[in-house]
Amino acid sequence: MSTTTTPAPATTASLPGAGGARGAGKLRLHHPLTPYVMCAPYLILLCMFVLGPAVYGIWISLHDWDFMLPQKPFVGLQNYVDLTDPSSVIFQDFWHGMRATAIFTVASVPFLVLIPLGIAIMLNRRFKGRSFFRAVIFAPFVLGIAVIGVLFTYLLDAQFGLVNGFLGLFGIPPVGWAQTQPWAWVALVGMTVWWTLGFNTVIYLAGLQEIPQQNYEAASLDGAGGWGKFVHITIPGLRNVLVFTITTTVLASANMFGQSYLVTKGGPGDSTRTAIMVMTEEGLRNFKMGTASAMSYVLAVFLGLVSVIIFLALRERNPK
Amino acid sequence: MTTLQDPAVDVDAPKTEDRKHRKAYNQHRNGPIFWVGIVLLALVFVVPILWMYLTSVRPVDDARRIPISIIPERFTLRAYELIFADAENPVLQWALNSLLAATAHAFLVIVVAALAAYPLARMEFRGRNLIFSVIIATLLVPSFIFLMPNYLLMSRLGWLDTLLALIVPGAAGAFSVFFLRQFFLAMPKELEESALIDGANTWHILTRIVLPISKPALVTLGTLTFLGNWNDFIWPVFVLFSPERLTLPAGLATLQGSYNIDYPVVMAGATIASIPVMILYIFVQRYVIEGVATSGLKG
Repeated sequence: MSTTTTPAPATTASLPGAGGARGAGKLRLHHPLTPYVMCAPYLILLCMFVLGPAVYGIWISLHDWDFMLPQKPFVGLQNYVDLTDPSSVIFQDFWHGMRATAIFTVASVPFLVLIPLGIAIMLNRRFKGRSFFRAVIFAPFVLGIAVIGVLFTYLLDAQFGLVNGFLGLFGIPPVGWAQTQPWAWVALVGMTVWWTLGFNTVIYLAGLQEIPQQNYEAASLDGAGGWGKFVHITIPGLRNVLVFTITTTVLASANMFGQSYLVTKGGPGDSTRTAIMVMTEEGLRNFKMGTASAMSYVLAVFLGLVSVIIFLALRERNPK
Repeated sequence: MTTLQDPAVDVDAPKTEDRKHRKAYNQHRNGPIFWVGIVLLALVFVVPILWMYLTSVRPVDDARRIPISIIPERFTLRAYELIFADAENPVLQWALNSLLAATAHAFLVIVVAALAAYPLARMEFRGRNLIFSVIIATLLVPSFIFLMPNYLLMSRLGWLDTLLALIVPGAAGAFSVFFLRQFFLAMPKELEESALIDGANTWHILTRIVLPISKPALVTLGTLTFLGNWNDFIWPVFVLFSPERLTLPAGLATLQGSYNIDYPVVMAGATIASIPVMILYIFVQRYVIEGVATSGLKG
């Protein structure tokens, strides 16, 4: 740290006219190495645990990398070919997992984008205790998937669960939430919406505050009703926020792991075994890291494509 | 302290020029339907969490009664006595591990991110834009990419089954640097300039001026980081194996396995995992919500 604490007399001396050559009003009074020294700890961690591993993962995916064996023969693109070859051992597991991930994503994203929008509009009104309600709705998200997972295992228990107990009040017979389809998907989507809805709600609330009130008043004068204001003022005003929530929600849903792992255990059958579950079992339980790494890159490419499509679909069509 | 404003978005406070318009706009009263709706909504979020706490102090047969009884037949600490005495599921040890890992991780993140974010926001140097572009690019890479290579790295470093595996690798996250940089960018330059004229060096400016006025941002980042680490599930489940080394989330999964449908015991474990974060949340709830709102708007 000595470089950062040592004042640089040469530059300090030139204080009155400092920065003149480097552009208006820019002071440059630190030692030339100071910024590098300050960034160094972060950059070392970034190279070791982010940039290095991202490249190392590709290297692993090009090998038959059995963690338990001393030999890790280079196999080129074979792991990727196996993922596209219907006769390989891994093909079915992988695409089954990808399908489960796709089902969960398609089923959960509309609810996770629309319900928080409705709640945010409701919470955007002025009323007593608004901050309290906002905090309550965000609270489950603070709990983390392990707590949520074991809690919902109990809430969704076919015999003793609160959910079936509540439905029973209306004469609805018990549902085997974790044991039968399509109820397992309904349960996983429902618990995910309950758990994470506060996150998007808060982002929408912040976005709603950025829309000038004058726009609503002008729309009122033009005779717009509640729906008209929503379609012509609120939605366009939230365009960037919507791109953000849709993209992050798709990525989060595609990462689904804990809900299936804890509540349905991938079942009934293999129906809720998601891509991340297949990948972690292959790589971190069976220690076949080569195929598991290849899977992670294929899934990442899929998600990259989906993000680009969302971005293109929601971009501003008529730039002014 | 200073006139510096917290750039985190305060979703409660409309912009000043909007305030009088808003007042006029919100003249209409919220009717009873609105209040019934909002209270029902709040109940949907509160009841399951209360049910978890309530179940943890029920007798086991009371938690498995049909029809469900809302009020426990009697209160008992049986579930807590059971897990605290259970040598195979050392819940207190898990809590200690979680606390150690999350605290150390949050501390490391704040120190490393503040050191890097300050020059990235306030200094001119060759390579600054390159470094910042790399940081932004890593925000876009999904985290599961790092599972296999970082697992192998942990095994090379001998960090498997140790808390180091939870504390260090995630500390290079891009969000923390990005978040603090945004905050530092909003500070008035005069603060540093006058300190420089008074003869302060970079280190003094950072520790005596910049960091003290950044307290709201540091608290927000620290809380978000602590919560993220405390709740992390997938990574600890795979890099920790020994029963005494687990964190609470990883431990809960094994607890669920060993107690199956003794729900009061599993709910007691979940209660122990949730109480510290709930208390933290109640105290810094404003910071957590603002931090999330800010990250969404700037993203």
